[in-house]
Amino acid sequence: MTDTRTGLAGAAESSSAAPVAAFDPAVIRADFPLISTPREKRLIYLDSAATSQKPLAVLDAMDRYYRNYNANIHRGVYRIAEEATAAYEDARRRFAKFVNAASPREVIFTRNSTEAINLVAYAWGRWQLKAGDAIVLTPMEHHSNLVPWHILAAERGIELRFIPLTGDGQLDVTALPGLMADGKVKLVSFVHVSNVLGTVNPAAEITRVAKEHGATVLVDASQSAAHMKLDVRAIGADFVACTAHKMLGPTGIGMLWGRRELLEAMPPFLGGGEMIREVHLTSSKWNELPWKFEAGTMAIAEAVGLGAAIAYLEKLGMDAVFAHDRDLSAYALERMTEIPGLRVLGPAADKRGGVVAFTLENVHPHDVATVLDSDGICVRAGHHCAMPLHDQLGIPASARASFHCYSLREEVDALVESLHRARKIFAR
Amino acid sequence: MDELYREHILDHYQHPRCKGTITDPDLSFEDANPLCGDRIRMDFRLDGDTLAEVRFSGHGCSISQAAASMLCEFVEGRKLEDIKKLGREDMLEMLGIELGPVRLKCALLALKTLKAGIYGVNQWPGEDEDEA
Ligand SMILES: Cc1ncc(COP(=O)(O)O)c(C=O)c1O
Repeated sequence: MTDTRTGLAGAAESSSAAPVAAFDPAVIRADFPLISTPREKRLIYLDSAATSQKPLAVLDAMDRYYRNYNANIHRGVYRIAEEATAAYEDARRRFAKFVNAASPREVIFTRNSTEAINLVAYAWGRWQLKAGDAIVLTPMEHHSNLVPWHILAAERGIELRFIPLTGDGQLDVTALPGLMADGKVKLVSFVHVSNVLGTVNPAAEITRVAKEHGATVLVDASQSAAHMKLDVRAIGADFVACTAHKMLGPTGIGMLWGRRELLEAMPPFLGGGEMIREVHLTSSKWNELPWKFEAGTMAIAEAVGLGAAIAYLEKLGMDAVFAHDRDLSAYALERMTEIPGLRVLGPAADKRGGVVAFTLENVHPHDVATVLDSDGICVRAGHHCAMPLHDQLGIPASARASFHCYSLREEVDALVESLHRARKIFAR
Repeated sequence: MDELYREHILDHYQHPRCKGTITDPDLSFEDANPLCGDRIRMDFRLDGDTLAEVRFSGHGCSISQAAASMLCEFVEGRKLEDIKKLGREDMLEMLGIELGPVRLKCALLALKTLKAGIYGVNQWPGEDEDEA
C-alpha cells in the first residue's frame, strides 16, 4: 500500500512541500491548459463554483494511470493491480489528511457530494429517523441538500425546519436553539459556504449548538473544501460531504467523511461487489470500513486525479487560496458598485468566499450571461440549484461570477466592463 | 452577438404587445422552463374557430418575452386551424436570430404554451424533428 513506483509520481508527490512564497495567479494559470492555451477568442472563466478548471498535474496523473497501470483495484494480485490499488488508497489517505480526518477509514468515495448526502439520507436517515422527528436545514441549501430530505420526509412523516436568513444573507444562528427546543430534531444539515451568496457559515458554532441538543450533524462542504482549509474534527460534525470537481479534480468522484463509530454502526447504502465480506445465496456480511460503502467498481482514475489535485492544492496552501478568493470578491464587490442598477446578493466581502451573485436592473440574468459570453466571459445564470433561496430573495434568477486560484483582477475588470455594456444594450 | 439583441427583439421585450390577462378566458395555460425559470401564461378568448384575443403574462429573459409578444401579436385574430400549423421554424423566423440549444428553449416557450393551451399538445415544438 505504501508502494510509490513509477507511474504514481503525480499522485504520490510529496505533500509536505512548503507553500510557494508568493501566491501569484498569473503564474498558477500556466498550470491550467484550458485557460492558459491561447485561443482565437479570449476566454475568461468565472464559473469555478460550478466546476473548477483542472491543472496539468491532474490530467497527467489520470493519463498515467490509464496508460501505465490501469487495472481493477482490491482484486488482482499482479503488479499493476497492486499499483492501482495503492494509488486509489493513497488518494483516500491524502484526502483524509487534507481535511484532518482521524483515519482514512472515515473517508468514503462516492460519485459527488450529492451522492454523499444521499448516502447519509438512505443509510443513516432510514436507519435512525421515524415519524414525528424533525430535520433542520437552511434556506440557502443547494438542491442536493434539500431533495434527499424531501424524499425522506415524505416517506417517513418527518418535519423540515429552517434556520432563518438575516437581511444580508447570513444564517441567524441565534434562532437554532428555539428550533430545537422540543427535542424532535434528530439531524441538522447545512451548507458550509453558500454557492449563491458566498456566505461562509459558522460551521463549528452551528454544530456545537446542534450537538448540545442531541442532533447528528451533516455539513455540505462542496464549496468550502475547494477554497479553504477544512478541518472536519475542528468543526465537530458527524458527516461532511465534498465533491472533487470543484477542487481542481475530475468529475465523477466525491467524498463523504463520517465519524467512525457512526459509519461502523450504519447499515450499507448500495449493495454489490467489494462492499461485502461474505456472500451466501440468501444473505451476506458487510465488508469493513470504508469499503462497506463502496459497492461496485469505483472511479479509480478519478481517485488518482483527486490525489493529484489535493497535492496541488496543498502546494498552493489553502489559506493562500482562500485569501486570494476573498481578495477577488472584495475587489469585485467594490468595482460592481460602480454599475447603476446592480445588486449584489449576500453579505460583505469579509463574510464570503469567492462567489459573487448579482442582478442587474432591467436585464434578465440570462441576457446578462449572453452579453458576457459574447465578450468571452463565462458566468452562470439561473437559480444555481437554489430555487428556495431565490424565492426568499424575491427574484426568479441571478447571474453569478465565481473564482479560484487562477482567477485574475483583470478578469474582474473585464467582467465589470462587459456588465456596463449589457446595461447599455438594454437601456435604450 | 449584438444581433441577438436586434432592435425588434429589444422593442418587443421592452414594449410587449398583448401583455396582460383576460378575465374569464375561454382557455388559459401556464408553462415554465425549469432550466432558467422563464414563465409564461396565456389567456385565450375564442370566437367560433377564431382566436379572438390572446394575452400573455409572466417573466423571463428578453428572448422568451419578446417571442411571446411577437407570437401573440401574430396569432390574434387568426383561425385556429392556421395557428395549429405554426411550428418551430415560424417562431425562429419571427425572431430572426440564430440561437444555441439553451436559448432555443427560451425562444420556444411561448409557442409551447400556445399549443398546449389551445390543443393540449404538451411538448417542445420540434421535439420530433430533434429525434429524427
Ligand atoms: C453547495 C453545494 N452543494 C452541493 C453541490 C452538488 O455538487 P455535485 O453536483 O458535485 O454533487 C454543489 C455544486 O453544485 C454546491 O455548490
